[in-house]
Amino acid sequence: MIIKGKAHKYGADVNTDVIIPARFLNVSDPTEWTKHCMEDIDTEFISRVENGDFIVATENFGCGSSREEAPTVIKLSGISCVVASSFARIFFRNAINIGLPIIECVEAAEAIDMGDELEIELTAGEITNLTKGKKFYAKPLPKFVLEIAAKGGLIEYTKEHLRSKKLS
Amino acid sequence: MTLVEKILAAHSGKKKVSAGEFITANIDLVFTNELGAPNVIKEFRKLGVSKVFDPKRVIMLNDHFTPSKDIASAEKSKITRQFAREQGLVYFEVGRGGIEHVILPEQGFILPNQVIVGADSHTCTYGALGAFATGMGATDVAVAIATGEVWMKVPPTIKFIYHGKLPKWVGGKDLILHTIGDVGVDGARYSAMEFIGEAIDDLSMDGRFTMANMAVEAGAKTSIFKVDYKAENYIEKHGDRSYSTYQLDEDAEYERVIEYDVSKIEPQIAFPYLPSNVKPISQAGEIKLDQVFIGCCTNGRLDDLRIAAELLKGKRIHPELRCIIIPGSQKVYLDALREGLIEIFIEAEAAVSTPTCGACLGAHMGVLAANEHCLSTTNRNFVGRMGHPTSQVYLASPAVAAASAILGRIVSPEEVTS
Repeated sequence: MIIKGKAHKYGADVNTDVIIPARFLNVSDPTEWTKHCMEDIDTEFISRVENGDFIVATENFGCGSSREEAPTVIKLSGISCVVASSFARIFFRNAINIGLPIIECVEAAEAIDMGDELEIELTAGEITNLTKGKKFYAKPLPKFVLEIAAKGGLIEYTKEHLRSKKLS
Repeated sequence: MTLVEKILAAHSGKKKVSAGEFITANIDLVFTNELGAPNVIKEFRKLGVSKVFDPKRVIMLNDHFTPSKDIASAEKSKITRQFAREQGLVYFEVGRGGIEHVILPEQGFILPNQVIVGADSHTCTYGALGAFATGMGATDVAVAIATGEVWMKVPPTIKFIYHGKLPKWVGGKDLILHTIGDVGVDGARYSAMEFIGEAIDDLSMDGRFTMANMAVEAGAKTSIFKVDYKAENYIEKHGDRSYSTYQLDEDAEYERVIEYDVSKIEPQIAFPYLPSNVKPISQAGEIKLDQVFIGCCTNGRLDDLRIAAELLKGKRIHPELRCIIIPGSQKVYLDALREGLIEIFIEAEAAVSTPTCGACLGAHMGVLAANEHCLSTTNRNFVGRMGHPTSQVYLASPAVAAASAILGRIVSPEEVTS
């Protein structure tokens, strides 16, 4: 699958508190949360983001709390994939579990600037920076993780697993 | 094998596991607070399973926005409460518990060698009792409460050895802040942090819980401590369940070994906006404060309150500052009351209140206004963590917090006692 969009670029340690501050999580409505996505470090993100766009950041993206609302609001804001040099472990699991594509690629994360036009082929992990005319290849995800992603997330994966357990 | 590998091997039906291996582990305990519970319940319902795998091993509680700060958060608590009743889960109501990571060990639920999953990143706190405990998101926890299993990658272990004797007013919070300052907020990403050495042997259980609690701030999957007589005494005092322990193997493979001489460590301060932005108190400079907060799953235990009371006794909070002290559980609150600590706090003009996570995550009970400076015993100082995005949070120990509350600026406890 090929996706095209603009990069919204951030640095290291973008944490769950800035992705979605806990002060907005008293309510249970995901569209309410999404209005505040990234606002503590980028007040214009929500007005600027368009469907299909990418978040690109350097090390340790998503560090902090276990709140699954973090990848959820990124997905609901229209972001099609997060590219980072590295991901914090809970965010990594949460993104896979809820079906937000993520790509680990140090070279791409460092070379992409705010506003660059990108084209990403998710299956092969191929990132093309159309603005700069450069191509990058992501580190492949572990096989087990890809199986969950291929099912569309952990719930569907588990449902299938439970069904086959029942049959056997 | 490392302690973590031994626990995970035993929980995945294998003789041996090694770092990097994917396993499915059986879970001894899984829990969520009301911040995550509505999402956990929503995902659980999608699985088409009617009952949780074992209601005695699933805990739900209300602690984050409690006592409910508004109608929306009251609804979250209600969803949590109703599901807990429907499923017959272990459940802690407001007034009958407190902050999850304080009450679960206190109520005897945490034992060595368990595998524990919680919908909260500070679940790693239970490594202090030799358990493998790690935080996960709502969907993982939903699958865990349905199946009693969770997938994971066996983490490598980094061994941290703390040599020497702790100076006066230096404790678990200073050791962990110093460590995070050294390795960085992703210095232990995906790894287990094993804490060991003479200084750890000397540390109280409450000091160890503080260290274990903040392992996630270095990116770790969990923390782990060797179970010694102090841990055994703690478990005996807080429950009557039987358990087993593992010995440390001489030939266990570690990712890294990092050593510190604690006799040279001063009280530590993490400056905004990262827990790794750490300086010793002697280099903190002159920082005026608007608020001091003492409490939370990091430092809301009895030892923490005792240290704060030792400094606040007979003193007054600085007139231009507010000090909020929140015991971590009803038990801590009652014990502190009976010891006379609460009286000391109130006479010093601190606000004392019922257990809640509220202030730490900027929900309620101590939210900061624009540009305010707060010194807090909590675990995170990210942008906007405790309130307005321009507010600034400094992380430190209860000793530094109490001393700073008296003088109205960040100071060493020695400045108050000398």
